[in-house]
Amino acid sequence: MEDPLQLMNFWKKSMATLNDYKGQKPAWCPGCGNFLILKAFNEAMVEMGIEPHQFVIVSGIGQAGKFPHYTRCNTFNGLHGRTLPVATGIKLANHELKVFAVAGDGDCYGEGGNHLIHAIRRNIDVKLFVHNNQIYGLTKGQASPTTMKGVITKTQPFGVLSEQFNPLTLAIALNCSFVARGFAGDIEHLKGLIKEAVNHKGFSLVDILQPCVSFNKINTFEWYRERVYKLSDDYDPKDRLLAFQKSLEWGERIPIGVIYRNIRPTLEEQIIVIKDLPLVKQDFGVNNIQEILKNFY
Amino acid sequence: MDYTIKIGGEAGQGIQTIGDTLAHIFTKAGYHVFANQDYESRIRGGHNFYQIRVSHKPVIASRSSVHILVALDRESITQHERELSFDGHVLYDSQMINEKFDKPYFLNVPLLELAQKYGGSKIMANTVAIGAVLGMLGMNPDIMYQTIENNFKKKGEAVIKANIECSKAGYEFAKNECLKCSFMLSQFDKPKMLITGNEAIGAGAIASGLKFYSAYPMTPSTGIFNFVADHAKEYGIVVEQAEDEISAINMVIGASFAGVRAMTGTSGGGFSLMVEGISLSAMTETPIVIALAQRPGPATGLPTRTEQADLLFALYAGHGEFPKVIFAPGCPEQAFYLTNKAFDLAEKYQITAIILTDQYLADSQWSYEGFDLGKIKYIDYRVREEKLKEIENYKRHAFTETGISEFAVPGQSKHLVVTDSDEHDEEGHIIEDSLTRIKMVEKRLFKKMPLIKKEISPPLIYGEKNPEIVLICWGSMFGIVKELIDELIEKYKVAMIHFSEIYPFSENQNWIELIKKAKKVINIEQNATNQFAKLIKMETGIDMENHINRFDGRPFTVDELLEKVYGYIK
Repeated sequence: MEDPLQLMNFWKKSMATLNDYKGQKPAWCPGCGNFLILKAFNEAMVEMGIEPHQFVIVSGIGQAGKFPHYTRCNTFNGLHGRTLPVATGIKLANHELKVFAVAGDGDCYGEGGNHLIHAIRRNIDVKLFVHNNQIYGLTKGQASPTTMKGVITKTQPFGVLSEQFNPLTLAIALNCSFVARGFAGDIEHLKGLIKEAVNHKGFSLVDILQPCVSFNKINTFEWYRERVYKLSDDYDPKDRLLAFQKSLEWGERIPIGVIYRNIRPTLEEQIIVIKDLPLVKQDFGVNNIQEILKNFY
Repeated sequence: MDYTIKIGGEAGQGIQTIGDTLAHIFTKAGYHVFANQDYESRIRGGHNFYQIRVSHKPVIASRSSVHILVALDRESITQHERELSFDGHVLYDSQMINEKFDKPYFLNVPLLELAQKYGGSKIMANTVAIGAVLGMLGMNPDIMYQTIENNFKKKGEAVIKANIECSKAGYEFAKNECLKCSFMLSQFDKPKMLITGNEAIGAGAIASGLKFYSAYPMTPSTGIFNFVADHAKEYGIVVEQAEDEISAINMVIGASFAGVRAMTGTSGGGFSLMVEGISLSAMTETPIVIALAQRPGPATGLPTRTEQADLLFALYAGHGEFPKVIFAPGCPEQAFYLTNKAFDLAEKYQITAIILTDQYLADSQWSYEGFDLGKIKYIDYRVREEKLKEIENYKRHAFTETGISEFAVPGQSKHLVVTDSDEHDEEGHIIEDSLTRIKMVEKRLFKKMPLIKKEISPPLIYGEKNPEIVLICWGSMFGIVKELIDELIEKYKVAMIHFSEIYPFSENQNWIELIKKAKKVINIEQNATNQFAKLIKMETGIDMENHINRFDGRPFTVDELLEKVYGYIK
């Protein structure tokens, strides 16, 4: 492959195009914020030269759960709330495979809240993209953990009485390796965040504000556009106290961008038996346990 | 020769150390041993015991009469003195329990004093007790010294020497003072192995190429977790303690999807949390193995005790209709080979396989000549590396003759591996149409189930060929009922039918003839509602009338069960 022309052709062949990322026909509502996230994701993959077979998306249940079918990739669309344990199992079995998790706010912050806490603690190298529309879409309009206090829904007749869940502050408190917030209404910026998350080594949470056009009449595209602002270039995401402060901003002004980042060893880096070779590439067959049985005599 | 030694005391007094060491000394000397434990859900205090039966012939259950009772507390004497055999003795230390007994069969051994004198610490009273028991038995102490040396290898020469001195002191004291002891034990045969149910499952799993184990600790399954973790480094196994059992089973499913053999273990409460995961394994056709060590429920129940009350729960665990395999080994040896079979069938048919045990089997120790590693089966059913290149057009859930679709390892080729907990098409994408749904149910259930049934071995029939009395049992009842048959067979035409591969039922139904021809059929289960009898009725239509149940969390002993069986046949 010394010939530059041949080399170029080789790259062309192995380079994915947007066509390679054309999946099933989405069953989302017209105008759904998810379409924009899908576009940002596919473009990010193509621009990064990642091919569909080189990663797996684990998703749960909810409108976000359908995401992997609408792009093209290895897919495990599992149960509601359980994306992160499945993603953790996959990553531990094959840490050379890129593992992404896609979930909704009900999925990841409600049903799967405990798993989120512990995935962050483990620092498993999984990229989590949360489609946060502050409402339950698939079940038609009940409050999610991120629905704002006081909002009246079909199942919260007196309004939401619980405090709004703040995923970013929680993640920073757990010293999450990478914490970011994106907005579906700004595809270019979101694409940048997705790329940064993919390039980051360690557990990455990207909370994506995503308007639900059918059931959330409060947090609309307009509502977000009036409030969302990008973190300035001189913002230092390594400063944990500053990150806490930024993560608490909500209401009149909502920051988007990489809020917090820290480098620490991933779970899989610390497991001796997979240090040199992913588990899935190690020898298969009967283990000779003669040595184990000797201990019983 | 058939002796039972019982060590009783509070949790934290070292009952397990004494019991475990003695049991190993006996198997090293070539004896057959059966040991079981009774303990409370606490780390200190209460009343616990460890019971060892040692014999020159195979023993696979406990007997009621005790030959040597080692009483580390007063409660042991109160509770167990009446269990002594006609030649039985109590070994105690009057200083330890603040009471002196003048009865001739009480041997007062100054355990604390000797430990202080010869070891420099009262902690070694346990070692003195070990020596004293062997002194009472009149056994050559050489194996004891070797065992102690081995046990304390990591603690250095000084500790080894002190413990050997202590054991020697106990040995000499008992040998000289127990004038009425009429026991005789000498080197018998070549050493045997001594293994628990939990250890056998762990060893079976590792032999079967286990690569990933995730669990949340729960008695009585934790022994498997500990065992696998202990060997993780040498055998290249990733072990991860999950935040809850839901996470554990989902991690196992993830690891299996990624291409490695994966397993979890739990007890009833944790299994309840895993149920949705079993359903997920079924829909995504992802092979997993679950060890379910039962304890009495409902809810937290009796955490350290035994019961067989989760059979029907395991059978129905998971919403929807799908195949699964349930094995209930009767002893550690069966547990070892059935764990291998569980992995093989799970991988071959891409299903969940459950190994159903209970506290009694999980913790009891059995002696064997050895396990045959040649019998371990390993076929890699996955499509990985080079084999992937032969596939042109890959569909994870492709329709096939057998219902089994090729399972490619994701990321090792251009083929995309797609699966879904929603009903899906051959490629793994979500569908709603009725035709695909019907074909998928046919694939997962109707096509696979008859093939799985062919793999299942019939129950074990033991005893008389044409029996008039048939005892039916399953799982951990094996040893107790088998010994019962050995007792009864001299007087009666009796046989046992023991089920260890309990679901689905084997195609071979010869055992049904035996039941139909017998005059008396008695079903024995460690639960309140005859769950296995219900399963038999469901599968065969046969109704059983006579039942023996126990559901107080304690295992049957042969003698108690004998009385109950006599109640039906005399």
